[in-house]
Amino acid sequence: MNAESLQQSPRISFSVAPSDHLRRQILSWVVHAVSLLMCAATVAILVFFLVFLLVRGGSQINLDFFIKLPAAVGESGGGMLNSLLGTLTLVLLASAMGIPLGVGSGIYLAEFGGEGRFGELIRFLIEALIGVPSIVIGIFAYVLIVLPMGHFSAIAGGFALGVIMIPILARTTEDVLHLVPQDLREAGLALGLARWRVTVFIVLPQAASGIATGAILAIGRVAGETAPLILTALGSEYLQTSLSEPIDELTLRILKYSRGPYDVWHQQAFAAAFVLVALVGLGNLALRLATRGRGVRVH
Amino acid sequence: MSEQQIRSTDAAASILMPTAGAGLAGTVVPPVDRRPLRMPSRRWRLTGDKLFIGTLSVCALTSVLVVAGIIAVLVSQSLGSINAFGWSFLVSDVWDPVKKIFGIRNFFLSTLLVAGLAMLLAAVIGTLAAIYLAELAPQPLREPAAFLIELLAFIPSVIYGLFGLLIFAPWLSKVGEPWLTKNLGFVPLLFKGPAFGVGILAAVLILTIMLLPLVIALTRQALLTVPSEQREAVLSLGCTHWEVVRYGALPYARAGISGAVILALGRALGETIAVAMVIGGSHKLPASLFDQGYTIASVIANEFTEVSSPLYLSALIEAGLVLFVLTSAMNMLAHWVIRRIGNEAAASL
Repeated sequence: MNAESLQQSPRISFSVAPSDHLRRQILSWVVHAVSLLMCAATVAILVFFLVFLLVRGGSQINLDFFIKLPAAVGESGGGMLNSLLGTLTLVLLASAMGIPLGVGSGIYLAEFGGEGRFGELIRFLIEALIGVPSIVIGIFAYVLIVLPMGHFSAIAGGFALGVIMIPILARTTEDVLHLVPQDLREAGLALGLARWRVTVFIVLPQAASGIATGAILAIGRVAGETAPLILTALGSEYLQTSLSEPIDELTLRILKYSRGPYDVWHQQAFAAAFVLVALVGLGNLALRLATRGRGVRVH
Repeated sequence: MSEQQIRSTDAAASILMPTAGAGLAGTVVPPVDRRPLRMPSRRWRLTGDKLFIGTLSVCALTSVLVVAGIIAVLVSQSLGSINAFGWSFLVSDVWDPVKKIFGIRNFFLSTLLVAGLAMLLAAVIGTLAAIYLAELAPQPLREPAAFLIELLAFIPSVIYGLFGLLIFAPWLSKVGEPWLTKNLGFVPLLFKGPAFGVGILAAVLILTIMLLPLVIALTRQALLTVPSEQREAVLSLGCTHWEVVRYGALPYARAGISGAVILALGRALGETIAVAMVIGGSHKLPASLFDQGYTIASVIANEFTEVSSPLYLSALIEAGLVLFVLTSAMNMLAHWVIRRIGNEAAASL
């Protein structure tokens, strides 16, 4: 640190008179207590959510929940087979589109074009895309697919979710690839391997677990999406056999049931919420354990 | 040695001795030398590289296409509404699907109100919680608590909405809002009117909870990157723990913290479904925190499937365009702030 930069440093001025010592110490304790309180409150909210879901939602889970269709309006019983299968369908559709494109973008940024103008542009757009509200992506899919087809469909929903996956996965993939030691690439290149071989056979296997957990993260994120699906997949009371029909999703079912007037529906909504959180939570737990403290951004 | 071979040696040497530069924070990986490696090569190898890199470029290009597509779609579909209302779409407070007159001023202001309040609350609570987690908490508590709080980020927003609508709003209506009216009713404008439960206040509080993990995680990361010499130096002057944080850590983390808060604002502006579930739904401008209202995102979500005329659809999509511009501006600002202040902090080190 030279004298010039010392001047830019934040000024520290406080009294060191003995009479002030207690005052400063008390201030420190107060801040300590308040920040502890805030932290505890946040953790308490999470614990409340999880325990409540477990008690109120978990108790509703039975075999019927997984193998039956929704009961008639206001009646008890019934399940969410259509929503579960719908979630699965939409996630598969989204993954088929989002994973290759997202991972491909990430590899491009990390291994080939990341430093140039084009790479900077892509990185900027990926950051921008991550910040786009999902309802706007929903409008995009609505105009692009629902309007030309003339009706809501699973394809439109899958497309919207796929678009949401691309930037998330691109960023995680790039981060994970940057963690692969440079020596490995150099060793491969020194052997005279082509760059694509170095990437596919040396770099990617090293990063495979990270990319896989990144994919789980992205899947968890889109499985919990609701807003774009209102505009695309719409929801349905029946099992679907065609991808060009409206389809149900767990989040859409939660939305519908929580807004309904029946207690039975509210119970079912909490049960669905429990299943959704369990699915998303498990995936993310895996990601956390796999990439802990390794500089991978998960937000 | 042929000229080609000499060049290949140079290229290899430059890979082995990479220039120092900025890698990803927290890693020690040196930057990749991406200059083309000129090695004596068979044609098939170059063809393989070209094919591979070409395919990846196409993948990368989809981001460009998607962003361009979103802008094109939003603008082209908004034209009907833009032609019909012009600027009055932004400043008019009439939203009347029956008479087909649309203006989003009320939604726009409500969005700013709800997102702004939620951001303020989340910034205060989140920063303090992050300070505790990164600086003050007992060492063995730090990682697990941070892990727990980040789990909050993975709860889907519809579930926040579910809790807001079925648990929180009824509680607000029976207990919370009457208490606020009784004890804080003297504060002008804020706490009056019938206690519905659902409304602006419920939306603000649910949004705050949703923003907390984001603010806490990013603030904590920013604090963790502060070099420990920084704290030790202040501590060695005889400072208290809080002074160590205040003078040693916070000035160097301020880029990250400001960025976190602005990112949180961007997310609050765009949050749709949880807000749509608890804000009640009213086309009027809320007169107090207990009133119902609509943010831009929630009005799109709630009214999109009930669209009755092409102009109505166009107006909702133009509302989407406004939302897109607003959130994009916020995100760009956040990244600019992080880079700008980050550079200043780095320069002063």
